[in-house]
Amino acid sequence: MTDTPELLLPEDKPLEIAGRIYQSRLLVGTGKYRDLTETAEAIEASGAEIVTVAVRRTNLGQNPDEPNLLDVISPDRYTILPNTAGCYTAKDAVRTCKLARELLDGRDLVKLEVLGEHKTLYPNMPETLAAAEELIKDGFKVMVYCSDDPLLATTLEEMGCIAIMPLGAPIGSGLGIQNRYNIRLIAENAKVPVLVDAGVGTASDATIAMELGCDGVLMNSAIAQAKDPIRMANAMRLAIEAGREAYLAGRMPKKLYASASSPLDGTFF
Amino acid sequence: MQVKVNGEAMVLTKGATVSALLEKMALTGKRLAVEVNEDIVPRSQHVEFTLNDGDRVEVVHAIGGG
Repeated sequence: MTDTPELLLPEDKPLEIAGRIYQSRLLVGTGKYRDLTETAEAIEASGAEIVTVAVRRTNLGQNPDEPNLLDVISPDRYTILPNTAGCYTAKDAVRTCKLARELLDGRDLVKLEVLGEHKTLYPNMPETLAAAEELIKDGFKVMVYCSDDPLLATTLEEMGCIAIMPLGAPIGSGLGIQNRYNIRLIAENAKVPVLVDAGVGTASDATIAMELGCDGVLMNSAIAQAKDPIRMANAMRLAIEAGREAYLAGRMPKKLYASASSPLDGTFF
Repeated sequence: MQVKVNGEAMVLTKGATVSALLEKMALTGKRLAVEVNEDIVPRSQHVEFTLNDGDRVEVVHAIGGG
């Protein structure tokens, strides 16, 4: 054999986002939980170090003693990733990011998502590109939720987005990775981290994303809407690790027919 | 004078500052961000930033999201 398969194995690069190395490749959202206690417990169980939040009006009639999300999910412990969820235009997304930066004492890491329509929450890419350009010019570090188009992914990277986050399936659908071929192409081509954002429903979906060579997975509903979110958070932590290990190990080739695992020589019958 | 805070009308004394507004809303010391007429008012300027009649103010905070 002249093959040296170990040289063909993918490089085990740590996950680096905005100059910081992360041990966990699982990023989690904070929406849809029963209460803040469950939110905190699920995030703890997930092992995630990057946690997304939404930016919304303070409720005028809110009880002032009610705990704030950031009192429970401390920005000292977690990297808080504010999103632009609910934005349908570049203008609203840019405004939201500026408010988020003020809210987080000048931290400029954001998850940009500009949605197209209510039914699928599919990303509106022309508006996403416009917002990304303006945000990058303004000094933001943009992690971008996008369609699974490999060419647009490259465009976003060349513009200066620091992470490309294609959807695996529509937000909150739990349908799993629908276009593995595209996700794999995006992961293969990109020099910045590629994270599947949206569409994961259960642990095997997260593993598949990692086996395809993604650098991480961002999820919310799959954990928060599980019957036991804390247990599912743990399952997702393990699934991400398993998928990453399998990717690094380099899977066996697929064959059409069987290949016996036990030797055919030395049988006594 | 009247301003719009998070889309709702609110009556404030003339010359009220952002700090005064936050105090009225019982939000003093909370982690939030303020925008007046679509421009950010940095936390360091809340004390001196004076609101005007008809201003549109947004006061936002972080909540659960994905």
